[in-house]
Amino acid sequence: MLLIHCPYCEEDRSELEFRWAGEAHIARPENISAISDEEFAEFFFLRNNEKGLTYERWRHIHGCGRFFNAARDTVSDRFLMTYKAGMPKQPVPETGASEKTVETYEATEGDAR
Amino acid sequence: MRRYSVFAVAREAMRAHKGWEAQWTSPEPRSAYDVIIVGAGGHGLGAAYYLAKEHGITNVAVIEKGWLGGGNTGRNTTIIRSNYLYEESMDIYEHSLKLWEGLSQDLNYNVMYSPRGVMMLSHNTHDMQSFKRHINANRLYGIDNEWLTPEQAKAYVPVLDISKTARYPINGAALQRRGGTARHDAVAWGYARAASDRGVHIIQNCEVTGIRRGPNGEVLGVETSKGFIGAKKIGVSAAGHSSVVMEMAGVRVPLHSTPLQALVSEPLKPIFPCVVMSNTVHAYISQSDKGELVIGAGTDQYNSYSQTGGLQIITHTLDAICELFPIFRRVKMMRQWGGITDNTPDRSPIQGVTPVPGLFVNCGWGTGGFKATPGSANLFAHLIAKGEPHRLAAGLTLDRFRTGRLIDEAAAAAVAH
Amino acid sequence: MSASSNSGAFRIKGAGRLTPARTARFTFDGKSFTALEGDTVASALLAHGVHLLGRSFKYHRPRGILSAGPEEPNALIDVSRDAARRQPNVRATVQEVFDGAKIVSQNRWPSLKFDVGAINNLFSPFFAAGFYYKTFMWPREAWVKVYEPFIRRAAGLGVAPTEEDPDHYANRYAHCDVLIAGAGVAGLTAALSAAATGASVFLVDEQPEVGGALHYDAATMIDGQNGYDWAQASAAKLKAMPNVTVLTRTTVFGYYNHGFLGLVERVTDHVAKPDKSSPRERLWQVRAKKVVLATGSIERHMVFANNDRPGIMLASAARTFLNHHGVAVGRNVGVYTAHDSAYEAAFDLRRAGVSIAAIVDNRADPSEALLAEARALGISVLSGHSVTDTGGRLRISSMTVARNGGGNARRIAVDALIISAGWTPSVHLFSQSRGKLRFDDVNQRFLPDIYAQDCVSIGGCNGTDDLAELIDEAIAAGGGSVALSGENRFEWTGGMIGAAEGAGPDTTVKAFVDFQHDVTAKDIRLAVREGMHSIEHIKRFTTNGMASDQGKLSNMHGLAIAAEMLDRPIPKVGLTTFRAPYTPVTYGTLVGHSRGELFDPARKTPMHVLETAEGAEFEDVGNWKRAWYYPKRGEDMLAAVNRECRTVREVAGVFNGSTLGKIEVVGPDAAQFLNLLYTNAWDSLKPGKSRYGIMTREDGFVYDDGVVGRLAEDRFHVTTTTGGAPRVLHHMEDYLQTEFPHLRVWLTSTTEQWAVIAVQGPKAREIIQPFVEGVDLSNEAFPHMSVSECSVMGVPARLFRVSFTGELGFELNVPADYGPAVWKAIWERAESMGACLYGTETMHVLRAEKGYIIVGQDTDGTVTPDDAGLGWAVSSKKLDFVGIRGLKRPDLVRENRKQLVGLLTKDPALVLEEGGQIVADPNQAKPMTMLGHVTSAYWSENCGRSIALALVAGGRSRIGETLYVPLKDRTIEVEVTDMVFFDKQGGRIHG
Repeated sequence: MLLIHCPYCEEDRSELEFRWAGEAHIARPENISAISDEEFAEFFFLRNNEKGLTYERWRHIHGCGRFFNAARDTVSDRFLMTYKAGMPKQPVPETGASEKTVETYEATEGDAR
Repeated sequence: MRRYSVFAVAREAMRAHKGWEAQWTSPEPRSAYDVIIVGAGGHGLGAAYYLAKEHGITNVAVIEKGWLGGGNTGRNTTIIRSNYLYEESMDIYEHSLKLWEGLSQDLNYNVMYSPRGVMMLSHNTHDMQSFKRHINANRLYGIDNEWLTPEQAKAYVPVLDISKTARYPINGAALQRRGGTARHDAVAWGYARAASDRGVHIIQNCEVTGIRRGPNGEVLGVETSKGFIGAKKIGVSAAGHSSVVMEMAGVRVPLHSTPLQALVSEPLKPIFPCVVMSNTVHAYISQSDKGELVIGAGTDQYNSYSQTGGLQIITHTLDAICELFPIFRRVKMMRQWGGITDNTPDRSPIQGVTPVPGLFVNCGWGTGGFKATPGSANLFAHLIAKGEPHRLAAGLTLDRFRTGRLIDEAAAAAVAH
Repeated sequence: MSASSNSGAFRIKGAGRLTPARTARFTFDGKSFTALEGDTVASALLAHGVHLLGRSFKYHRPRGILSAGPEEPNALIDVSRDAARRQPNVRATVQEVFDGAKIVSQNRWPSLKFDVGAINNLFSPFFAAGFYYKTFMWPREAWVKVYEPFIRRAAGLGVAPTEEDPDHYANRYAHCDVLIAGAGVAGLTAALSAAATGASVFLVDEQPEVGGALHYDAATMIDGQNGYDWAQASAAKLKAMPNVTVLTRTTVFGYYNHGFLGLVERVTDHVAKPDKSSPRERLWQVRAKKVVLATGSIERHMVFANNDRPGIMLASAARTFLNHHGVAVGRNVGVYTAHDSAYEAAFDLRRAGVSIAAIVDNRADPSEALLAEARALGISVLSGHSVTDTGGRLRISSMTVARNGGGNARRIAVDALIISAGWTPSVHLFSQSRGKLRFDDVNQRFLPDIYAQDCVSIGGCNGTDDLAELIDEAIAAGGGSVALSGENRFEWTGGMIGAAEGAGPDTTVKAFVDFQHDVTAKDIRLAVREGMHSIEHIKRFTTNGMASDQGKLSNMHGLAIAAEMLDRPIPKVGLTTFRAPYTPVTYGTLVGHSRGELFDPARKTPMHVLETAEGAEFEDVGNWKRAWYYPKRGEDMLAAVNRECRTVREVAGVFNGSTLGKIEVVGPDAAQFLNLLYTNAWDSLKPGKSRYGIMTREDGFVYDDGVVGRLAEDRFHVTTTTGGAPRVLHHMEDYLQTEFPHLRVWLTSTTEQWAVIAVQGPKAREIIQPFVEGVDLSNEAFPHMSVSECSVMGVPARLFRVSFTGELGFELNVPADYGPAVWKAIWERAESMGACLYGTETMHVLRAEKGYIIVGQDTDGTVTPDDAGLGWAVSSKKLDFVGIRGLKRPDLVRENRKQLVGLLTKDPALVLEEGGQIVADPNQAKPMTMLGHVTSAYWSENCGRSIALALVAGGRSRIGETLYVPLKDRTIEVEVTDMVFFDKQGGRIHG
């Protein structure tokens, strides 16, 4: 179970209090009624689904109720940071060598050092 | 290929089994192939097999980052059924089920397809309406699926609690008798052996790192950890990693990769005769031939490539299992694990051409791809060989997300399976 | 007879730590035995000379006790207190004896000593690894009917419980600064160090007492004190500290993301008469800032021919039984080792008076210190020798010994054989935490390398063999400072992995790698020959490491044998994954209190008790319990519903609508917000009026619906479907917070704040009139779709003039706490006027008579507002709303979409089946072309016939057409109609 820092409550809380809300920084087109079918499909369906650094939204649904953004590594599930909704995409803080992503052990089977 | 038979086993028993040959070869890659399939799971290996067997295309390589069958093929709870709602779904899953029925003989490899029945429990009026909609659609489509009263359900699964005082009492069930299970590893191995026998190269421990394209955008081959390998056609069948591989060709697909967990109990003498699923309480369970209760849990809510998940997902599933089968409370969980499922917005798969010439995709099987293995592989082979989808897979194309012609099995697939 | 002989002839007087005076009786396969308090089932049976405890999985070979801990693969037993409290597959080496325990052996028939299944052993040449993939394929049907049932019966070890578990389980959550897994020397030292800093500390150990390896290692001294005694004193000191929690009999079974650990504490399984209020087990879910892994290491067995006979066990296990339980594992014990540790076991046994037949050491030159000690004790050491075979049927009787490289073999009589191939660090939890291992070539073991979480490994599990180093490491891990010194007798060296002499690639002997699953060295080799080159393939093909011990003993041997066959270094072959749980965990423990009522607490309305008193039958709708119908004496469901339906239309009915979702939308931009969230336009809605609204998502499909009342310019009372309230609120919040944050709007869930009492029917006004103050209820002043704040029986209320029945109707919203009182008063008056109570079934029938849809029943997530005949509710004037673009996609505007229509059966008495599929030609061949399906179907007492709603391709253009609904046993002919079956002019609603 993840431990998530709510940027509004400024506390680390258990995942049970949160709901994942998909990829972050996908703005609803201003002129949505005028966009093409392809553009609509891209806006509504297509997602990066990154392996590695991803920007995503969470809602502290059983807490303050606020939506916020997070940068997380989808391989290690480590949160690099969380920040308030409406803020632009934040650069990810530098990680020290000791904090670098450890690839899932299963993905590296046959390759133990 | 030396055929497997009871006589072959007896003969080998006399000489300490020293005469068995390798089930598949592990060749060095050629510089180029007619077709490269990315991902040596059941779908990919099967597609290679059917390319060779049904389309005469044998200059084929299946490239696998890890070990063959090591992804979702070897991690799922092995449920097989075809009682889906929409015609597009019934077409492909029933095609698959028919292939399951003869797969051991076709591959000369016992995949232990066991049509012990898949029962879906109904707990309320909404379930009943939904199940009867499925049952009627299935019957008119020529697929078996029948309604059982609670008493009939209990007669089929004696350990079921059908008391009216349960938190979610059972008001009936849908049963597909031809549904059941198979031995997941054997499916990968059986396809690998049969494909290898027909000349297909299975290249394990070889990671695809890029897709090289020509001046007109067409595929030229793949960059891998073992160097460049050329191909006229590339079929991507990489399950949870489909987004990653497709991105190499600049193609975005509407997928979420999420962890799906499962668990088994310690081995027990036979007590559970079939597969039972409940969408309402979120549980599904069967018993393996080794005696383990095999239980599928839910997906975690977030995207992840970690092949792990939270304990709360497991406990929630066991809550439901013990509510349906209170006698299992003292049984013990022996092992839990996770896989990465690739989920589409409408919970139906994507199989079809892509905007990149020569690049074909088979993905989005989500939590239910095992059952589709032979059918999907068979139709994917057709797609790659002919350049256009088979009639039975015509609705599974990427284009549906543009037109809105979704195959929304989501309501029927509220629980992972 | 002395107490000690009473508790077994192999009990050594003066040995062990148990108290001879405290005994417990138990039975094993019906025979009664006496044990000492603190015995495990294994130690108690060994004390009586019983070694045969079970049968293996595949060959049904007789098996004894291999270990003294949770890694035990063989001695699995069935333990019960009573019929309902029976537990299969229990490790005899872990289960503590309690007075009255009934122990039964498993996987044998008819008896443990004579097991018919053992015939499999004769056919074992046939049953090589993976043989079933190659046969049982002919004839095709036989797999299901013959082979598979046979295999299933033969497999599976214990018998599942057959009664519901009467025990209960508890659940605790905790947070701490440091969690230490394992309370041996390393763990205790780390705990002392961490506790000294004032940090909150959890120290957890799976055994009944702390001490870890000190259970068997009686020679080590800590701070000049016997190690085991030091451990107990240290634990006592820690327990007394307010910042420390010491949990014994508690296993850290899982190490999950972000410092989250699962622990299971066994509370009563060792107690003869448990307190009824005590849980059987307790699940701890702990979030630790830092984790210290001090899980030690596990001794491996030697892989040689017939290494599985009862009486063969790990050297450290024999030492535990002696030094802790005071039990000798035999009278004439052989030793076979590749590691120094077995010497110390032999020395301890010898000093306790047990004869040691010989120490067979496959190493050429054991250390001089060990040899000197052996000489002093009169033990002969055969270095450079191996045990190449064993004899005996139900218990080992001899070992065959030969010089390595092919010397003459000789048999030496023994009644037990203790073995050691060295030690495997327990890196399970480290691996679960997603840390990455490295291979220590010198000592042939995997050790923690790269950490993925805030965690540190110390002691045995970190490969730290030297005691002083271990103590330093532990103190550092704890972060504090403690002064501690340790001293042990011998520095251990040695160890091997893989098959030993005589079980190599050119042999055909049965040298077991994985005991429980009967995986032998030659099975591993067969897998490699068959092309299984990945360790995962080998595991799955042979089932090595997949038994209930999950490879704690077998994995390293299997890997080494495979590596040898593949001619590859071990790290290149890889390691199979360590998965949770470390040892099996009871489902009931994970479930905890989440059973019965608490499995998913039912939501009940304020009037639930009153409805129950009126005889209501309830149905589950989501989490809610809703009154379904109110049968009077002698009425079945149909009769009750018919009466209710008639009464509502003739007189009136009272209905509990409290489960309806309610959201208060407030703020200066509230109307603008609703404009964006619903397809309808809301600007034009005047305060005091309400309107039926449709909500779509961006994809344009119907998502939810409900009546929205405008109470003031800036205040709306929004209702949603019963199941939809939480997701609709979430959906609204999403848009409000992230897409339209400029709008000044506040959303509040009010579902449970209001009790909703609907009164519907010609006499509705007359019924509620006396209770309502502040509203003129007349048609003119308060017409259909009016809303007003008012007072009901003196309580502040909101009154809607609204109807889901097509009758004159009102919905009173009163604060939930007042719901029952208002309901009572209204029902009393309504009843006196001949009205009825009605439930959800009647509500469904009445709304279907009027063609009103239920989202989720008549729609399914693929239906647009237009498909549902609600195109009028989609504003064509608005420039934007959620769904505006999705609705224009090619497939959503194409011809021949499925549209909601009415169906009338040609035979009015026949009621269609909901979910029935509709075809134009019932005689066509399968697969048939299906045009749609029946979404709602009822007997309508008011229409005197059956009615139905259906989604039909091109439905509105088919009105008047005859179609067919083929059911299982007959085909029903239907006519497509519009959706309104009753009061087509709609006059009644205006009362």
